[in-house]
Amino acid sequence: MIRRVVDFFGEARYAEQRRRLFYLALVLIVIADFLVPREHAEYLWDRLPGWSAVYGFLSCVLLIFVSKFLGHQGGLMRREDYYD
Amino acid sequence: MIDFVHPALLFILGALPIPFLKGSIRKAYLMLIPAVAILAVLTVQPGSYGAAEFIGQEILIAKVDRLSIVFATVFTIMALIGMVYALHLTGAGEHVAAFVYVGSALGVVFAGDYLTLFLFWEGMAFASAYLVFAQRGKQAIRAGFRYLMVHITGGVALLGGVILHGLATGSLLFGPIEGGMGVAAYLILAGFMLNAAVPPLNAWLTDAYPEATVTGAVFMSAFTTKTAVYVLARAFPGTELLVWLGTAMALYGVIYAVLENDCRRLLAYHIVSQVGYMVAGVGIGTEMAVNGASSHAFAHILYKALLFMGAGAVIHVTGRRKLTELGGLYRTMPLTVALYMVGAFAISAFPFFSGFVTKSMVVAAAGQDHRALVVMALTMASSGTFLHTGLKLPYYMFFGTDRKLEAREPPRNMLVAMGMAAVLCIAIGVFPQPLYALLPHPVDFEPYTGVHITESLGILMFTALGFVLFLRALDPENTISIDTDWFYRKGARHFMWLAEKPLARYEKAVSDVSETAVLPFLHGTARAGLRIDLNGVDAVVNGVARSILRGGGALRQLQTGVVTHYALAMIVGVIAAIAVFAVVWR
Repeated sequence: MIRRVVDFFGEARYAEQRRRLFYLALVLIVIADFLVPREHAEYLWDRLPGWSAVYGFLSCVLLIFVSKFLGHQGGLMRREDYYD
Repeated sequence: MIDFVHPALLFILGALPIPFLKGSIRKAYLMLIPAVAILAVLTVQPGSYGAAEFIGQEILIAKVDRLSIVFATVFTIMALIGMVYALHLTGAGEHVAAFVYVGSALGVVFAGDYLTLFLFWEGMAFASAYLVFAQRGKQAIRAGFRYLMVHITGGVALLGGVILHGLATGSLLFGPIEGGMGVAAYLILAGFMLNAAVPPLNAWLTDAYPEATVTGAVFMSAFTTKTAVYVLARAFPGTELLVWLGTAMALYGVIYAVLENDCRRLLAYHIVSQVGYMVAGVGIGTEMAVNGASSHAFAHILYKALLFMGAGAVIHVTGRRKLTELGGLYRTMPLTVALYMVGAFAISAFPFFSGFVTKSMVVAAAGQDHRALVVMALTMASSGTFLHTGLKLPYYMFFGTDRKLEAREPPRNMLVAMGMAAVLCIAIGVFPQPLYALLPHPVDFEPYTGVHITESLGILMFTALGFVLFLRALDPENTISIDTDWFYRKGARHFMWLAEKPLARYEKAVSDVSETAVLPFLHGTARAGLRIDLNGVDAVVNGVARSILRGGGALRQLQTGVVTHYALAMIVGVIAAIAVFAVVWR
């Protein structure tokens, strides 16, 4: 069973199915976020349905590009023999 | 009946027979001791044990309360899992070192005074350094020495702080630091923060852990940083500085993880990131925040060990550690993939995995304490956590480009150990109540609310969307990243260059000046001195000697050898003495 699940995520022939399932999950999560009750809204973003999706995506993009910028332009990334 | 068996003693004394046991007896013994220790911790009663006097100081070997029990419980469970993972090793060295390491960590967690704490603190450093040295090879030996050097420096800072603190307060008992933050408190804090890998004191961790042995790194990932979280929670709850350092740390680890190519170094950066949540929780210092920090440490030890075991299994089987050289292993190692992913979901805080019920407690505590910025930063860090440990690492290690590596599942004991950790990761996520009941303060927190679930899934799945869209930007590169270890790896070299070039030149110039100008002057004064000595001083000395000689000759003439003369002289003397006495005394 485990092998079949793992294969589903690895094999190229399931790529299309994977993509559809993934986007379906995204849509369902956003819809669910609009439907859940929100009593303890302390911050502004607690009251905004779908905020977490936007923030998650922006965080991810920001982290990737800020880090790579620091790595390449900031000089953090060096050749592997840098310390030798 | 003995009411308290110190679990540290079980491990440290229990390490002694290991080299003399062989085969399956040794294997049974290696699992028996942690099992007994788990029982010892589960049955322990809060209280103080082993009070004594040492060089005029109060010593308290073990102080057991709810906070120490949380950490001791997970430490002993982890010891059992780590031992199962390391059962296939034939040499005894690593087992002995791991036992001493675990024992020392437990010693710290129960230490009632600073001297006991310091002793076990150093024990941890040395025992864990062995796990790096045991990897052999130039790279590991060097990393091991750097690791030792940094920890000894931290230990010295801690000891200095402890002594100052002892002198100032007159007590070495270990507890919350009261009063203002003086030099003593800052030194102790620095020693603790070094072990917690708080930037800029973090580089020892990411430098050494990936160089350790496959089995050793699993132990290392669990104990050093979490004992540091424990001592911080004990001594510095509510320290504002820790909130900001912890928050910065959570992002720091995530940013470096983007750049990393070595699979275990990437995971090590996520230790930094995750410990950031705990440090921030300790810094916030409310009951809920300390609960969050403790429970997150509990969950973290298990899922991080699971991740290290998964990456270790890959290294064990393929001998490769760089993401640029790995890929396509899911066909040959499906069980490892599945078990690793349980750890990845747990660290990313997916609902029904352990991180979900613990990490959120820290974030919620920050929210309750009206720290919006901390909440935002920690949420962003969780996005990064899933991006790397849940997506990037497994993608490039197990899926991605098929490198046609010859691989198979790791030895069964490794899989069993990973299975144990995975079961606990899910069990804690599904039934958080037993863990909550163990925490130092009463828990008033419900992780499974509708909003919390949809928000977490929103953050995580849309992070996955970012990953899918920008996959190419994340391709690992054949590089290493400069961290603060630069200062003692490169900086030390610059210092040596400074010592060799400019300083040596300066020294030569100084000696040239002394040879051309100072030396002749000195020679001249020496010659003048000699002349004065010969003509002046010697003349005086000779003159005095000659007059003494003459005086001696005169005295000799007085010595007649006739007894009556001497008797007469003595009588005269006595009379003179009485006369003097009579005059002076009155």
